[in-house]
Amino acid sequence: MSQTINRRDLDFLIYEMLAVDELCEREYFSEHGRDVFEPLLDTAEDIALDHFLACAEAGDKHMAEVVDGKVKMIPEAKIALDNMFEAGFVAASLDNEYGGLQLPVTVANACMSIFQSANIGLCGLPLLTIGVANLINTYGNNEQKALYIPSLLSGNFYGTMCLSEPHAGSSLTDIRTKAELEEDGTYRITGNKMWITGGEHELSENIIHLVMAKIPGGPPGVKGISLFIVPRYQVNADGSVGEHNDVSLAGLNHKMGQRITPNCVLNFGDNNKCIGYLVGEPHCGLEYMFLMMNEARIAIGLSAVSAGYAGYLYSLDYARERTQGRLPDNKNPSNKMTPIIQHADVKRMLLAQKSYVEGGLALCLFASSLLDEEKTHPDESARLEARLLLDVLIPVVKAWPSEWCLEANKHAIQILGGYGYTQDYPVERLYRDNRLNMIHEGTNGIHGIDLLGRKVVMKNGAGFELFMGEIQKSIDAAAKHAALSEFVTSLQQAKQTVIDTTKVLTTAAAKGDVTVFLANSSIYLDMFSHLVLAWIWLKQAIAVQVGLPDAHDQDKHFYTGKMQACQYYFRWELPKIEAQAKLLSSLDTTCLDMPEQAFAG
Amino acid sequence: MKILVPIKRVIDANVRVHVKSDGSGVETANIKMAMNPFCEIAVEEAIRIKEAGHASEIIVITIGTSQCQDILRSGLAMGADRAILIETEAELQPLAIAKLLKAIVERQSPQLVILGKQAIDDDNNQTGQMLSALLGWAQGTFASKVVFNDGNVEVTREIDGGLETVSLQLPAIVTTDLRLNEPRYIKLPNIMKAKKKPLDILCPDDLGIDVNSRLKVLSIEQPAKRAAGIKLADVQELMDKLKNEAKVI
Repeated sequence: MSQTINRRDLDFLIYEMLAVDELCEREYFSEHGRDVFEPLLDTAEDIALDHFLACAEAGDKHMAEVVDGKVKMIPEAKIALDNMFEAGFVAASLDNEYGGLQLPVTVANACMSIFQSANIGLCGLPLLTIGVANLINTYGNNEQKALYIPSLLSGNFYGTMCLSEPHAGSSLTDIRTKAELEEDGTYRITGNKMWITGGEHELSENIIHLVMAKIPGGPPGVKGISLFIVPRYQVNADGSVGEHNDVSLAGLNHKMGQRITPNCVLNFGDNNKCIGYLVGEPHCGLEYMFLMMNEARIAIGLSAVSAGYAGYLYSLDYARERTQGRLPDNKNPSNKMTPIIQHADVKRMLLAQKSYVEGGLALCLFASSLLDEEKTHPDESARLEARLLLDVLIPVVKAWPSEWCLEANKHAIQILGGYGYTQDYPVERLYRDNRLNMIHEGTNGIHGIDLLGRKVVMKNGAGFELFMGEIQKSIDAAAKHAALSEFVTSLQQAKQTVIDTTKVLTTAAAKGDVTVFLANSSIYLDMFSHLVLAWIWLKQAIAVQVGLPDAHDQDKHFYTGKMQACQYYFRWELPKIEAQAKLLSSLDTTCLDMPEQAFAG
Repeated sequence: MKILVPIKRVIDANVRVHVKSDGSGVETANIKMAMNPFCEIAVEEAIRIKEAGHASEIIVITIGTSQCQDILRSGLAMGADRAILIETEAELQPLAIAKLLKAIVERQSPQLVILGKQAIDDDNNQTGQMLSALLGWAQGTFASKVVFNDGNVEVTREIDGGLETVSLQLPAIVTTDLRLNEPRYIKLPNIMKAKKKPLDILCPDDLGIDVNSRLKVLSIEQPAKRAAGIKLADVQELMDKLKNEAKVI
């Protein structure tokens, strides 16, 4: 049994569903190919098993803490991360100009999912570092790129994103951190930041914070937010580390899960000596951050998938070994007890998990492939289309796995019964680790508003239409395979349901009823996501039909499993959207109308 | 000084092996393959010797089908300088392999051949010793420590009674045991560089070696499943079973 993401599944997605090896015909990826991907995925598995999985339990039991003013983590964490940086997994997908290796993001993320399934908490630090390097690479000036990126990719520096403040989490418009221009062109930063993963630690010689702050006199609200590079220690022109930059640790948050990694409250400029360096133009900070958010949100989706996947694998193995009871047609107590995997209800919970985690993984790698298309497709209109489609899908990529792969973790615990509820087995930890993903990188509620209020209606609905067109293409491709006819019919109907429901909602919005339009956007997000996932399962089923005629025995089992999980998704999950569509189309105001005082509590 | 490192492609150590239904061998179709773990240790040791300044070039070599290029590329990505594949579809026994390696040694003139003590598929543990005999070179087998000095190499061997240290004059053969070192992880930049390192392909005929097997495999079967234990009434019954049933005393 696999202990990290199943390799056959990854190979299926990379080569059979997404044909990533064909990307390597493009100049940008010309140094890559299957002969690089395979040993790289092998290395990811080796390091993940030897170092990430090996310290997952210890990291949970010994939460990061402050000792003598310094953040202390278990020592195995640094060894694991050093191995990951040294092997090139952090530098993998960046441009080679500053030390990157130009690997397709799809493959880099497939590797990351292996690490995440072994230890999702520990992966937050390298993922943030990749995000910071990407952002500086896109919006920083040449001097900033040369000074910070090579050190970020090598692991000498780690990175953080400092957006939230104690009083302003989802509400970025209300942040108060201040950046005042100095005569030398730098800025003096003062303020407090909250929820900073990796805000302080001793894993690297420096930490590069990307801080959102307001320059006094700028426009109000989010239009007045600028973005600054604020190092923990000043960086000298030769890249060496200089004086402390007046960024101090105010405390750690004591978390439910992902406890191996410190999550910090930071104070900037307590002694008025904290210097920041503007990225790009003033007042464009939020725009820069959001342009980079797609990658970060795929990472969150993948993190949720990976924790769900790890629980699925563990509970599957347990169900094969654990014997309990007898089957309904054979209740004779003198017969041996049966492995619980043979009980119908256990199979249900396993198949539900499989359909969620494998569907989620396919979704996240498909989204990653859109980043590769956006960057390297030779045709400009195709690049723009990839971007537009990703913009529409990103709320789904972030929110759906965080809801439904958490549901998978719930099933994994259930399969282990009482044992699953104890700390002697990893499934309760996986649940706690995964619970964060509904919250950070925009709560799922925010993503519901983003999808319905922004993505569906943007550019006169162009993104929405593009997405529906892509579904139609898959339906047309699937129609060539007789084995897929049931799915073709169901998806066609589900697509129409979502189109009709969206029309009712946008018509209400056009009449000016914005509050009612957005009131049930979480439900809209779930309905829309179920359509997306059914489409992703159909894409997998098409790849199965292509591979099946030449399949070996082992592969036949694999393909049968895919088809059965696809059928589960279409028969058990997809029909849920009809009830949601009915509720949404009625413009129901039950929640909206509830008087605050009536909550009586 | 050159080091030659012969390596073998085997079923990945993490894969559960299945015997083919006709008993002719084990199932390898569509099964994940990898470099034999003992061979990885040999490559790692060669790289460490080179890093310590005792060697100038490392050549990895394997004998088998064209798919075996993948483990040669892994060896190159770990740090070997070039690779040789002797391409053949034939089923090879250790003696044929040792003869092919002897021919390569004569062409390439390495001072040290370092290889795994055995492969995890057939567990023969013969190739290094046979090569040593064919070449008339000193051998240090089952190495858990290799200290390299110019002109000779000290090898600490894992033997039944403990550890034995032998000093070998070069040229010499060393076969590696598990405790010798921990192989490094392959890094992405090195995987990319390895694609550009030279990989020569020969065939057994080029070397004038007859690789026909002297042994015939009659059948391969799964080891018998261990039977459940039974409870005995007393020592008398145990003695009886040992004598008459198991026939061990």
